[in-house]
Amino acid sequence: MRSVLFVLTACAVIGLAFWAYRENYRTQQALDVTEQLQREIRDSRARLSVLRAEWAYLNRPERLRDLADLNFDSLGLMPMAPEQFGRIDQVAFPIAEEGLLPITDPIEVSNMETRP
Amino acid sequence: MIRTPLRPLARVLEARAKGENPDAIERENLRLRHEEMRDRARSRAEGRLLVLGVLFVCAFAMVGARMGLLAASEPSEPRASAAGAEIEALRADIVDRQGRVLATNLETYSLYAQPPQMIDPEHAATELARIFPDLDRDKLVADFTGSRKFLWIKRRLSPEQRQAVHDIGDPGLLFGPRDMRLYPNGRLAAHVLGGAGFGREGVHAAEVIGVAGVERQFDEQLRDPARAGKPLELSLDLTIQAATEEVLSGGMRLLNAKGAAAVLMDVHTGEVISIASLPDFDPNDRPAPPTQGRPDDSPLFNRVVQGVYELGSTFKIFTVAQALELGMVTPDTIINTKSPMTWGRHRISDFRNYGPELTVSKVIEKSSNVGTARIAIEIGAERQRDFLGQLGLLETTKFEMVEARGGRPLLPPRWSELSTMTISYGHGISATPLHLAAAYATMVNGGTRVEPTLLKQDGPQFGPRVISEKTSEQLRRMLRLTVSQGTASFGDVPGYAVGGKTGSADKPRLDGRGYETDKVLATFAATFPAHDPKYVLIVTLDEAVETSGSEPRRTAGWTAVPVAAEVIRRVAPLLGLRPEIEPAELTGITLTSN
Repeated sequence: MRSVLFVLTACAVIGLAFWAYRENYRTQQALDVTEQLQREIRDSRARLSVLRAEWAYLNRPERLRDLADLNFDSLGLMPMAPEQFGRIDQVAFPIAEEGLLPITDPIEVSNMETRP
Repeated sequence: MIRTPLRPLARVLEARAKGENPDAIERENLRLRHEEMRDRARSRAEGRLLVLGVLFVCAFAMVGARMGLLAASEPSEPRASAAGAEIEALRADIVDRQGRVLATNLETYSLYAQPPQMIDPEHAATELARIFPDLDRDKLVADFTGSRKFLWIKRRLSPEQRQAVHDIGDPGLLFGPRDMRLYPNGRLAAHVLGGAGFGREGVHAAEVIGVAGVERQFDEQLRDPARAGKPLELSLDLTIQAATEEVLSGGMRLLNAKGAAAVLMDVHTGEVISIASLPDFDPNDRPAPPTQGRPDDSPLFNRVVQGVYELGSTFKIFTVAQALELGMVTPDTIINTKSPMTWGRHRISDFRNYGPELTVSKVIEKSSNVGTARIAIEIGAERQRDFLGQLGLLETTKFEMVEARGGRPLLPPRWSELSTMTISYGHGISATPLHLAAAYATMVNGGTRVEPTLLKQDGPQFGPRVISEKTSEQLRRMLRLTVSQGTASFGDVPGYAVGGKTGSADKPRLDGRGYETDKVLATFAATFPAHDPKYVLIVTLDEAVETSGSEPRRTAGWTAVPVAAEVIRRVAPLLGLRPEIEPAELTGITLTSN
C-alpha cells in the first residue's frame, strides 16, 4: 500500500514538473507575442501621428487658398459669402419629367440594411 | 524494535536468590527507558529548531537579496502589462475647437559625435560641412581631434540629412531619437501657440518645453503622461482665424499700418474665436527676443494681449452706459456740447463742431468728446473708477496665455476730475484690445461680466451683473445707429446689422511729452448682429493712413472700420450666421405728455 503511494506521489511530482515546464514556456511565448504587438502598436502610433501631422500640413489654410487660386478656372471656388445662404423654400420643385422609362433592373436594398 | 523487558526473568531469579527486592530492577529499567525517551525527544526538538532556523535564514536572505537586486538593477517596463493607451510619453497635441491640429509632434533624430570612436575625423568633418553649410569644417576638425569625448552637432535632422550623415559611415557619428514640436499651419495663430524648445537633453530623449503662449501656460498639463495624450482643446477656430489674419494683413498693407490686431469673441461664453496680431512669426522657427529697440516693434509682441493702448472714443460707451444705469440720462436727454469746453487750464474740443447741443444717443453717434466729458463730470471720479473696475478694465485679464500678465492697464496716478473727463473718452487710461473686447461683450450681452477665455467652453458664463438688461438694449441701439448713420458708416454689412463704436486716439509721444500729431491708433469695436449680439470684434490698426482723398485720413471711420466690415463679411458666414433682415424699429409711437 505504502509503496503504491510513493509511486503515485513520484508520478504526480513528475507530472507537475512537466506541467510547470510547459506553462513556463507558454508564458514566455505569450510575453514575446505581447512585446511584438506592443512594438507594432508603438510603430503604428508613430506612423499615425506622422500621417496626422502631414494631413494637417497639407490642409493648412494657406496652401488650400493657393490651390483654390491656382485651380480657379476649373473649380471656381470663392470665399464663403453671406449671399450663399439660401432657404429651403427658395428651392424650386423639380419639374416632373415626362416619359421616364420603367425600372428594369431594380436593386434589392432591404438586404443591405441589415449589414453592419 | 525490541523493547528491553522491565523485569528480565534471569535477573529477577538472581535477585530473589540473593534475597534482594526484584522491584528495584524494574524501577531501574524504567528509569533507563525514560532517560532514553527523553534524550530522543530532545534531539528531535533540536533538529526541528535547526530546520526552522535554516528556513528563517533562507527567507530573510531571499528578501534581502531581492531588495538588493531591485535597488541595483536598471528599471524596466513590465513585459506583460496590458497598458499602453493609458500612458503616453509624448507631449499632447493642441487642437482647435473643431479638433483640427494646431500643434503636434514629429519624430526626428539628433546628431552627436564621440571623437574617440572616430576613424577618419578629417573626412567626417569635410563631409559634415558639405551636408550642413552652416557648420565650419576647421572648427569640427579641431573638436574631433581635440580632447573632447562627446559633442552635439545638430539638434534636429531631416530624414534626408540623416541618410547623408549615415552614408559618411563613421562609427563616431551617432543619432539619438528626438521629438520635435511641429506647427503644421505655419504662421497661423503664432502668438497664441508661442513655440517650444528643448529642456534637459540626453542621448536617448529630450524634454520638449513650451517657450511662450499656451505652450508655456499649459506646459505642465501638456507634458503630464497621466492625461494619456488627450489633446488640449482651444476655443480658436482655424478657418476663422485664417480668414481674419488674411483680411487683417491685407488691410494693414493697404493702409500702410505699422501693426494690426483683431480679436473676435463670443459675448456669452467668452470664448475667443480668433485672435490675430500682425506682424507675426513662424512658431516652428521662433525668432530670438529683441535685445534693442521698442518691444512692440518685434514680431513676437502680441498687440491684442500685451499691447496697452489708449483706445480713444471706444470708451465713450462705458460713460454713457453708467449714466443710463444710474438713471441720470435717457438716450434722448439733451447734453450741452458746445466746443471747445474749458476746464481750468485745459480745453476739450471735438474733431468737428457738432453744434451747441446733442442728445445722448447723438453724442455716441457723432463721438463728441465734450458731451461725454460733461456726462462724466456728473458721474464723478469715484463712481467711474468703480464701474470701469467692474468691467475688468483696471486689472490684467485672466486670459490663458503667459503674455496676458504683461497686459496690465495703465491708470492715472491720481484720478482727478480732469482724468475723469479724459477717461470718459478713452484718454489717460490704457488697456489692451482684449480688455476692450471683454468690456464690450458685457455691454451688449445683456449686462453680465464676461472673462475672455482661450479654452473651449460648454456653455455661457454667468458672471455678476454690471448693467441692466434695459441699459444693454439701449446701448445696442446706439451702437447700431453709430454704424447706420454715424462715424462708422463704412462698417455696415448687409444682413448682419453691425453695431459698433470707433476710436481714433493720437499716440503718445515716445519722450512722454504730449501726443503725436500724425500718428493715430485707430480702433473699431463692433458687435453683430446688433439686435441679438453673438460676437464682439475689435480691430486695431497702428498708424494707419488712408490716402485716396485729397488729404490723408487717419480716423478710425476711414481705416479700422472698413477692415472690420470686411472681416465680418468673411467671418460671419463661417460662424454659421445666416444673413437676416433686421427687425424694424417701432416707429410712429412717441410717448408724450399732455
